[in-house]
Amino acid sequence: MSESISVSGTPADTLPPIQPIRSPFTALQFGMMTVMCFEGVLFITFLIAYTIYLGEGDGPTPTETLSLPLALLNSVFLLSSSATIWLGTRAFSRANHAGGLNEGDGPGAEHSLDQPVCSKDTSGYTFWILVTIALGGVFLLGTAYEWSELIFEHGVTISSSLFGTTFFTLIGCHALHVIVGLSVMALLIEMNRRRCLAANSEGPELMAWYWHFVDAVWVVIVLVVYVFGR
Amino acid sequence: MSLAQDFPNLSAPGKAAGSSRPLVTRLSEWTTTVDHKRIGIMYMLMAFVFLLFGGVEALLIRVQLWSPRSEFLDPDTFNQLFTMHGTTMIFFVIMPMIGCFSNYMVPLMIGARDVAFPRLNALGFWLSLFGGMILYLSYFTGEGLYGAGSAPDVGWFGYAPLTSPAYAKGNAVDYWLLGTMLSGVGGVTLGMNLVATILTMRAPGMKLSKVPLFVWMMLVDGFLITFAFPPFTGAQVMLVLDRHLGAHFFDTQVGGSAILWQHLFWFFGHPEVYIIALPAFAIISEVIPVFSRKVIFGYASMAMATAAIGFVSMMVWAHHMFTVGMIGALDAFFGVASLMVAIPTGIKIFNWVATLYGGRLRMKTPMIYALGFLSMFLIGGLTGIMLATVPIDWQISDSYFLVGHFHYVLFGGALFAYLAGFHYWFPKVTGRMLNERLGKIGFWFLFVGFNFLFGPMHISGILGMPRRVYSYDAGQGLEIWNQLSTIGGFIMAIGFVVLLFNILASLRKGEIAGNDPWDAWTLEWMTTSPPAPYNFETIPKVRSRRPLWDLKHPEDPDWKHE
Repeated sequence: MSESISVSGTPADTLPPIQPIRSPFTALQFGMMTVMCFEGVLFITFLIAYTIYLGEGDGPTPTETLSLPLALLNSVFLLSSSATIWLGTRAFSRANHAGGLNEGDGPGAEHSLDQPVCSKDTSGYTFWILVTIALGGVFLLGTAYEWSELIFEHGVTISSSLFGTTFFTLIGCHALHVIVGLSVMALLIEMNRRRCLAANSEGPELMAWYWHFVDAVWVVIVLVVYVFGR
Repeated sequence: MSLAQDFPNLSAPGKAAGSSRPLVTRLSEWTTTVDHKRIGIMYMLMAFVFLLFGGVEALLIRVQLWSPRSEFLDPDTFNQLFTMHGTTMIFFVIMPMIGCFSNYMVPLMIGARDVAFPRLNALGFWLSLFGGMILYLSYFTGEGLYGAGSAPDVGWFGYAPLTSPAYAKGNAVDYWLLGTMLSGVGGVTLGMNLVATILTMRAPGMKLSKVPLFVWMMLVDGFLITFAFPPFTGAQVMLVLDRHLGAHFFDTQVGGSAILWQHLFWFFGHPEVYIIALPAFAIISEVIPVFSRKVIFGYASMAMATAAIGFVSMMVWAHHMFTVGMIGALDAFFGVASLMVAIPTGIKIFNWVATLYGGRLRMKTPMIYALGFLSMFLIGGLTGIMLATVPIDWQISDSYFLVGHFHYVLFGGALFAYLAGFHYWFPKVTGRMLNERLGKIGFWFLFVGFNFLFGPMHISGILGMPRRVYSYDAGQGLEIWNQLSTIGGFIMAIGFVVLLFNILASLRKGEIAGNDPWDAWTLEWMTTSPPAPYNFETIPKVRSRRPLWDLKHPEDPDWKHE
């Protein structure tokens, strides 16, 4: 078995050199990318449904019921949370002197499973993530306010009209992604509090990727639903 | 050599070390495992169980169609049977088989110790399995509160408005939705793992231009899964909202569109055909070179053609909808795009044939299945070109011609290739050879039965027999073709029984395989059969596309020529 590991029988000096596999991203980063591709196509699906049903059916129209100023105000909170999570990630990597990406040890890194090297100073990270959670929470409150206006004032529900059907599905799907993001952030903070976040953890960075993605989707939604769709 | 004794692999049949532990311990090891090999084996077991269900459903359909105006089944049962048959075969037989081959083989072929996300991998398997179980639970509780069982009867593509609450009472359609949705999530975990594993975990020296073609094609497959499933998931969410919260996505009475479901479903459904076909191509691209004793012809063009198929397959979905009545420009676009698929697929067929040409062919069972694939898939591809021609499609779409066509692609194409892979890698997975004689007998039953079953469907379809109708009138010339089909179905059933017998007998008494029974060239044959839990003692180094050839022929290694 052991002799069959590398090419034997040929003098080693005549063999072409072996280069280790270099990948621009780690496995977890590729994983997050596929998640974002999947979610992106999912949102495109709901956006297409929203767009093709614009103006179809009866009931109140988006022009009569949706408020652009409210959506813009809400966007300010959500988009600024993208900045705060970026500050948090920066604080995390600065505290560990790791320039963003990990060493090219690829997936696995078994040694850190048993004895994680804890991240040194996580106070900055914790602070900025809490700010992000607060901003995301305000965004959700804004959405809740918008929905209550729609439901109780204008009588638009998911079953009242095609506009209601597509609007609540699209915005609801996005809000669900915001909730998932905030929950995972809370989970990261709680894990850090109970034990620790590993110094080489890719969690903070991937969390930020996901959050930027959710914000980017929101920008598209604002453009389609509140700007061009009204 | 002593690895197998030091670390007895429990997946090995009849090994003393495995059977000496209590059954509960062994079961717990299997249910909690995150080993890609064990998950792969469980995927295959799941596929066989559901293959039995789907096969019995198909046989019942064939018995019903033996004679005109048959009273063997009532129309409702017939509708349930073809729905369950289609859903089972696509989501719970073929997808798990892809899960098996990709899980088991990709890490071994790239010299890795596991996939990138082992726990996600296990989650994906269990989700798929529970999805299948949920689908079949509908037989017991599908009427919901009415307390009676009723399977979904809306066809495997569940067209609106058949699935609306008005037409699909009870919960059978909800079971169908939930089952396929879970299977879809399982599929996406598979896609994630394929992409991340192949792009980051290859052995030193194995550039993307040196991976086995199997791995290349599974990489494209991973991307396809990632992009094709979400519209279906979205459509399923919409349908759940329609059915339970009173939304109107597919409700034409309030301005919704039944066509939207068709677009979304087929945007998934057509790439799904290639998600199924690419692993078949992948297996064939390994089997044909090894049993022709030649390097694959046109490696780079194979890889490029795979990427092209993946790309084009995203733009052809509406060729399933020519009879819906789209505008002419769309008909033309989707017709031409569908014809374009023939180009990269043709490149592949020619490459395989060129690999065979001048080779020293070894007619072992895997090779025979591969040749069966080649011929049957070609027929399916040619009738596909006919169906992509819009005026012809208007005449014969939704007839038995279509049923014959896609079975030539999915069964004659995909499943024959999967069985080629099954016979090829069985020695690696179990440590024992399958019986050659039984393997060949099984193949000929399947091959002859297959052509008796699906060949006549082309004729009955052209004669005007519509699919999914439970009966037909006498005197239209349809009897003989239907009876040939039914006979073929039972011949195939014998083939599967022979296959099953072969598996069971070979697990007990099969010849010990050794590491490399086929004298093959890819990394999985470098390790023991079955491989140890960690796959490789030392991660191998790779200098060419055929690392084991380099090892066996140091005087003329491949890396000098590539």
